[in-house]
Amino acid sequence: MTDVQDSPKPGVSPTNTSAGGASVRLEGLVRSYGKVRALDGLTLSIEPGEFIAFLGPSGCGKTTALRVLAGFERPDSGRVLVDGKDVSNVNAQKRDMGMVFQSYSLFPNMSVLDNVAFGLRMRRQSGDQRRTKAGELLELVGLGDQAIKYPHQLSGGQQQRVALARALAIEPRVLLLDEPLSALDAKVRAELRDQIRQLQQRLDITTVFVTHDQEEALSMADRVCVMSSGHIEQVASPDTLYARPTTAFVAQFVGISSRVPVQSDGKEVVIFGQRCPVRSGGTVVSGPADALLRPEDVAVEVDPQGDGFITHKSFFGATTRLVVQVGEIPVRVDVRSDAGADMALGLHVRPSIIARDVLVASRTAIDIPSED
Amino acid sequence: MVTVAESYFFENEEVGPGETPVKRRRKKYRIWRLVVLVIAGLYFLAPLYAGFRFALQNDSGKFSFWAFSSLPSEQGFSAAFFLSMRLAIFTALVELILMVPTAIFVHLRLPKLRPVMDFVTILPIVVPPIVLIVGVLGSAPLFLKESPYLLSIFYVVLAMPFVYRSLDAGLSAIDLRTLVEASRSLGGSWIRTLWSVIMPNLRAALLSATALTLALVFGEYTMANLDGWTTMPVWIAQFQQSDAHVTLAASMALLVGTWLLLSLIVAADRSQSRRRSRKAGTR
Repeated sequence: MTDVQDSPKPGVSPTNTSAGGASVRLEGLVRSYGKVRALDGLTLSIEPGEFIAFLGPSGCGKTTALRVLAGFERPDSGRVLVDGKDVSNVNAQKRDMGMVFQSYSLFPNMSVLDNVAFGLRMRRQSGDQRRTKAGELLELVGLGDQAIKYPHQLSGGQQQRVALARALAIEPRVLLLDEPLSALDAKVRAELRDQIRQLQQRLDITTVFVTHDQEEALSMADRVCVMSSGHIEQVASPDTLYARPTTAFVAQFVGISSRVPVQSDGKEVVIFGQRCPVRSGGTVVSGPADALLRPEDVAVEVDPQGDGFITHKSFFGATTRLVVQVGEIPVRVDVRSDAGADMALGLHVRPSIIARDVLVASRTAIDIPSED
Repeated sequence: MVTVAESYFFENEEVGPGETPVKRRRKKYRIWRLVVLVIAGLYFLAPLYAGFRFALQNDSGKFSFWAFSSLPSEQGFSAAFFLSMRLAIFTALVELILMVPTAIFVHLRLPKLRPVMDFVTILPIVVPPIVLIVGVLGSAPLFLKESPYLLSIFYVVLAMPFVYRSLDAGLSAIDLRTLVEASRSLGGSWIRTLWSVIMPNLRAALLSATALTLALVFGEYTMANLDGWTTMPVWIAQFQQSDAHVTLAASMALLVGTWLLLSLIVAADRSQSRRRSRKAGTR
């Protein structure tokens, strides 16, 4: 696979490939399908040139939000504003938004070049202009030599890159990506992920990316919008989202968390016999609660008298993840692999908290629907 | 590889030297397939052979092309042929104009209605043509009664089951929703999307729908006869009393003509695909 070109191609520059990022505001969007509320008063502002990812489990409303933004669905109530202008009643055809779909959406009857030039043809550009610009965009995604091929002659990754070039060709005000990587194998997915991010930054185009893969969302987006049951749980930068989740749902859904029952007074909790401050910013919980611990929030020390023992061990290269059974509670702990190598299954250890504070959530069950 | 079920099934059978049970079973299936093929072939080909043989004989039973060569000059043949041709083309056009948007609409917007459509489009098959034509002839306005194109309206109804099914299969084979949405997001109007994106990807379905419509119109007798128009089947039935050799020659010519037309359509489609692939450098 060819990397994204670093040097601008003739005629292709951030100024003439993208019309410049537009600001987007989704305001109180409600969309129901029968009794199911896919969007429940969704409100979100997206800055010009920002890359935002909608992340959430199946059925959380992320794709519906994208489709409402694209104009494929009309909201029951609420507005979509692009650069301050209400486009809620504008057809998808006239919204100037490029979209890359989950399934390969190339037109099978057209060559790669014709696919990329399709949007330009709809804009009544001359044949020469179309061919030149489509060729440039194919160069941009590293497929200049595939122009005369047909979609069925390309691999999945190549097809999605053509779809990306086709979406960019119309100089969209907003680029919409609906799980474009989910049908690809892991290696191609990682390559294309980098390529999309580089192109987005280079063209400075406002981009909305829908995914259920947290790794994709965290590695690509400027901000991640975690959704559940049609509403937003938290919108934050990837590091904030991971390190400072404000709701138990986010803590559970983003990254790995172990739930440890504690008694909370709203300020402090005692975990493994150790006093820890409760993280501020979330809902204050008093009484019986659960502490949500990241694997890196916990350390273990080999101790034959320790109240935990290792039940599982997974090697991840630099780190090794241990599952330590403490009473009834399995706790995941990340250790350096050189230290983890000496820790055998069944070994007794003493866990301790190394995070400066911990997130405490009410003990009510938080069920994260599985993507599988 | 022999599955557990197969090994169980064959474990008590005698197996010849060098022959595995699976091989033996496959051989048995091959023979049965051949038998079925020969019986089906005879069923279809025997009447055709008899027909051609009769059409290629003169009154004294000797081999002759006379019946075929005299066809164009027979009274009423050309008129009947061109009337059938006009009706076939008109019917196919109306059929496609009506059914293509309907099938697309059902697939895109009302997918839950597909089982209902399946049922509704079967109705023309279960309602006898004579019921349709007699009722309408009694109540149709005069200008329609005087036009042969009244028949086309019936033919559209009669061909609907075949055309709808053909289109339904074609639409099910493509990711219609994504293609339409991709086209719309790129600025394509509905008409442009239909013409440039959907129709080219439905080519095979459109061709088969057209071919089935043409074949149906060229073979329909009851309605045309009751409506008083001499289409090809009506002419064949009428002329049969004058000369059976000529009418059979006409039937055979129609059959071959329809078959040639279908072959040409399929060949044109294949040649276009091949050209496209060659252009793309794969063949």
